[in-house]
Amino acid sequence: MEPEWLDIGPVDQLPALGARTLPVRGGREIAIFHTANGQVYALANQCPHKAGPLSQGIVHDTTVTCPLHNWRISLVTGEALGEDKGCVPVIPVKIDGGRILIGRAAALAGVQ
Amino acid sequence: MTNPKPHLVVIGNGMAGCRAVEEILARDAERYRVTIFGAEPRVNYNRIMLSPLLAGDKAFEDIVINDHAWYADNGIELVAGDPVVAIDRAGQTIAARSGRIERYDKLLLATGSDPFIIPVPGHDLHGVVTFRDMDDVGAMLRAASAGGDAVVIGGGLLGLEAAHGLYLRGMKVTVLHLMPTLMERQLDEAAGWLLKEELERRGQTILTGADTAEIFGQGKVEGVRLKDGREIAASLVVMAVGIRPNVKLARDAGLAIGRGVHVDDHLVTSDENILAVGECVEHQGQVYGLVAPLWEMCRSLADALVATPSGYGGSVTSTKLKVSGIDVFSAGDFSGGEGCEDIVMRDASRGIYKRVVVKGDRLIGTVLYGDTQDGAWYFDLLKKQEDVASIRDALIFGQAFASGGGASANPNAAVAAMPDDGEICGCNGVSKGKVVAAIQGGAGTLDAVRACTKASASCGSCTGLVEGLLAITLGDDYAGERAAPTVCKCTSFTHEDVRRLIIEKSLKAIPQVMQELHWTTPDGCSSCRPALNYYLLCAWPGEFVDDNQSRFVNERMHANIQKDGTYSVVPRMWGGVTNPKELRAIADVAEQYQARMVKVTGGQRLDIFGIRKEDLPAVWADLNAAGMVSGHAYAKALRTVKTCVGSEWCRFGTQDSTGLGIRIEQMTWGSFMPHKFKIAVSGCPRNCAEASIKDIGVICVDSGYELSIGGNGGIKLRGTDFLCKVATEQEALDHCAAFIQLYREEARYLDRTAPWVERVGIDYIRQRIVEDDIGREALRARFLYSQSFMQDDPWAKRAAGEDWKLHQHLAEIRPARAPVARSLEVA
Ligand code: SRM
Ligand SMILES: Cc1cc2nc3c(=O)[nH]c(=O)nc-3n(C[C@H](O)[C@H](O)[C@H](O)COP(=O)(O)OP(=O)(O)OC[C@H]3O[C@@H](n4cnc5c(N)ncnc54)[C@H](O)[C@@H]3O)c2cc1C
Ligand code: SF4
Ligand code: FES
Repeated sequence: MEPEWLDIGPVDQLPALGARTLPVRGGREIAIFHTANGQVYALANQCPHKAGPLSQGIVHDTTVTCPLHNWRISLVTGEALGEDKGCVPVIPVKIDGGRILIGRAAALAGVQ
Repeated sequence: MTNPKPHLVVIGNGMAGCRAVEEILARDAERYRVTIFGAEPRVNYNRIMLSPLLAGDKAFEDIVINDHAWYADNGIELVAGDPVVAIDRAGQTIAARSGRIERYDKLLLATGSDPFIIPVPGHDLHGVVTFRDMDDVGAMLRAASAGGDAVVIGGGLLGLEAAHGLYLRGMKVTVLHLMPTLMERQLDEAAGWLLKEELERRGQTILTGADTAEIFGQGKVEGVRLKDGREIAASLVVMAVGIRPNVKLARDAGLAIGRGVHVDDHLVTSDENILAVGECVEHQGQVYGLVAPLWEMCRSLADALVATPSGYGGSVTSTKLKVSGIDVFSAGDFSGGEGCEDIVMRDASRGIYKRVVVKGDRLIGTVLYGDTQDGAWYFDLLKKQEDVASIRDALIFGQAFASGGGASANPNAAVAAMPDDGEICGCNGVSKGKVVAAIQGGAGTLDAVRACTKASASCGSCTGLVEGLLAITLGDDYAGERAAPTVCKCTSFTHEDVRRLIIEKSLKAIPQVMQELHWTTPDGCSSCRPALNYYLLCAWPGEFVDDNQSRFVNERMHANIQKDGTYSVVPRMWGGVTNPKELRAIADVAEQYQARMVKVTGGQRLDIFGIRKEDLPAVWADLNAAGMVSGHAYAKALRTVKTCVGSEWCRFGTQDSTGLGIRIEQMTWGSFMPHKFKIAVSGCPRNCAEASIKDIGVICVDSGYELSIGGNGGIKLRGTDFLCKVATEQEALDHCAAFIQLYREEARYLDRTAPWVERVGIDYIRQRIVEDDIGREALRARFLYSQSFMQDDPWAKRAAGEDWKLHQHLAEIRPARAPVARSLEVA
């Protein structure tokens, strides 16, 4: 059986209040975010506006502000907040023994 | 001897195991014959009291829950000091280490957790201990009696309690915590910061972001080495980095396990004759590390075993830190997110931070620091899922206030409900009655109230309250005011207030500013964080440690992000002058890293486009090797100093404009400012360097240098204002330095000089820079002092490996065969 979760490395490899990226061969890049509370979230690394790399935005609370035109995207739902409309795919994440696990199916969605 | 009663065997003489037995006895004392096996050679005691025991507040007798008499009176056989080593499910027996075999009808697993030990070199040295049971405390007390240094690895609940105990026992304690804030799972950044400050004030050393590389020593512990190379001496190392459910027996017996032993709502494992309870279980995906859930489990377990099944539905937990004099409480979910609203109250003078998180009409989380009186009340509202809509505005003021009728839909209700002698302004001791009287006496604006009562005239933190009173007292006649904008929605303070208070109150960290100035959000937003970072950097050059995560991507990456997510790289080209060596290095880099374009910019230098974030450090290393440094084309900082060829070549040139431009750039590069800053030096009034639309423009004339300021060639075209004329190059440099420092110290973040000069007026600038010689000299000196820390090429540091994580992928997923991946490689 396929594993349901993929281990992508230790949590301490994430900068606090920042993000790192995870390329998926043949698929879309994933951004892994770390909040002030130490929570970890994952989104497709593409802003719903003009595909800005969300991993490079400023993380505050559970929101990331896109580096290109300042849309605010919820790390929890992937939805654009405020006046802006749009949504980016969310990849389920869990932490186990200090390691980051991401949902396999969602991570590989769109792989061709 | 036969006993007709079914035999209940309990493995684990800890908190959950014994409580389960107590619950069963309370329901039906005659149902089972009970035998309890315990690995520890002693009776059942209150494990959470090990902290006060270590701190010297309690003795072992005080923390015993069930003494020998209890076991005897209830006919329970305690087999202490003899751990169970195997379970034979088919034969329904267990085997203990001593060889004893016991048959069971029902078996209860209550084996708790094992402390997690990070497998760094030296973790097994003598003097490395965990914090879980009496033996651990014994080891710590023996070490402490010899005095010396202790290192506690882990700044969570357990680690901090261990550190506190050891500190009280006279050891010099250093806490190493991997995450940036203490107790990050229970506290938010703001509360974690306050906690750290308080512990440090008491004399502990707290290192956050500290990653242990190894524990060293000859035969016994001598110290700890961090990954960044720092060494901390220690004769005792306490590992308190977390716990793992103890599932060994269950795993060996083939029971279903995940992180813990899987149980259903009646605490039954995958074998109907085996139950499990406490920290060793996993229920609906949750494992717990606190006692409250385990009390609830024990009730449901006993209900199902001997009475009417009630079913365990999972627990909501709350946390308190048992360090005397420090009150910390947290419960529920305060990670925020969609539809959540934070209500924050900060009272810096009393060291209080309170935050409740409301979603819809329910309270879903809370963090309290300094005043935890209402913790239980919030926790109750949270667990019962009470509708808090009607008391929402008063929620943060606590139970007494909210249920005392102070609540209403009016946000000014809190001030309205204050008694007349209630204090509004702590700094000047002004009561509500006094402020209201002043308003009724004609003080209809904030300034007027300030003038006649002094309320809100000092630190300004009561400004919101005074405005509330103006609104209540004047009703519709008060339209609100404050012409100056606040920094952002997180605060009611203006940029000017914040800058002044950072200095007055000597605030030196972002969370400290947020606490002292009553920020209404826990960790700010993308507007205020960069602003505060800059204000602190400007106020405390050399002292403040830049917060990279509070910087916009370009400043964090030291390159300009492009629409496709790649970066452009602009090396500094002093005064617009270059040479074959630099050009060759740029050409080589462009080829080697497949730059898609090299362009001459409007700022007289070359821009290399299309570099991937992974390649940036290598590109910089190559440019550094050719003597080039960052051009800061990405930063709120000095950009370019444009020059013309000047008297060296041009038939009209009056002075060496190129040379002066280079000298100005050498003096000013690297300096962070409220916004980007551009300078130009033209060799004569024909002004080929376009000096009249720059932040500082210098136009050389026969008799000297004409300095003008506040120009902008961008969105809104503005010609410079003439500042003064000086005779020598040195004077030109000095005036530039002083003007830049004035701008750095007084403008709002994201103000270019043009709007700032328009707001404060050119007369003000002239008065500070031209008329006040002593003031100008002081500004210049402060600028140069700050520059002594700033002129450090950020590219060189990155090329040498600093912050490498920002440039590299965390990992990579390569599906072996697409689209239906059979196997996966994760690099
Ligand atoms: C590369 C360059 C255009 C060019 O190919 O020539 C350029 C490119 C950008 N400019 Fe510019 N500006 C460039 C010279 C200028 C100039 C001309 C000058 O400096 O003499 C101006 C007008 C002069 C001025 O600033 O007063 C100029 C006025 C702006 C403005 C409007 C500023 C304003 O206060 O109104 C912005 C927007 C902003 O900063 O908010 C801007 C912003 C930008 C940004 C940073 C847009 C962005 O945020 O991504 C562009 C990114 C460039 C990159 O990725 O490398 N750029 N920009 C020039 C780089 C100069 C350098 O060597 O550093
Ligand atoms: C220092 C400290 C402070 C704490 N403070 C708090 C607090 O303030 N608030 C809070 O809610 N919680 C606190 N806790 C956590 C709390 O103590 C635990 O949640 C609780 O003790 C768990 O109960 P348990 O019965 O599952 O495990 P335990 O109490 O650990 O009991 C398990 C027992 O099983 C024994 N055992 C294991 N394997 C075997 C075997 N094979 N055979 C026989 N016996 C075995 C162990 O020796 C142990 O005695 C604290 C914990 C510590 C260590
Ligand atoms: S003028 Fe506009 S498009 Fe051109 S570089 Fe400047 S910001 Fe970009
Ligand atoms: S691409 Fe993200 S805001 Fe435009």
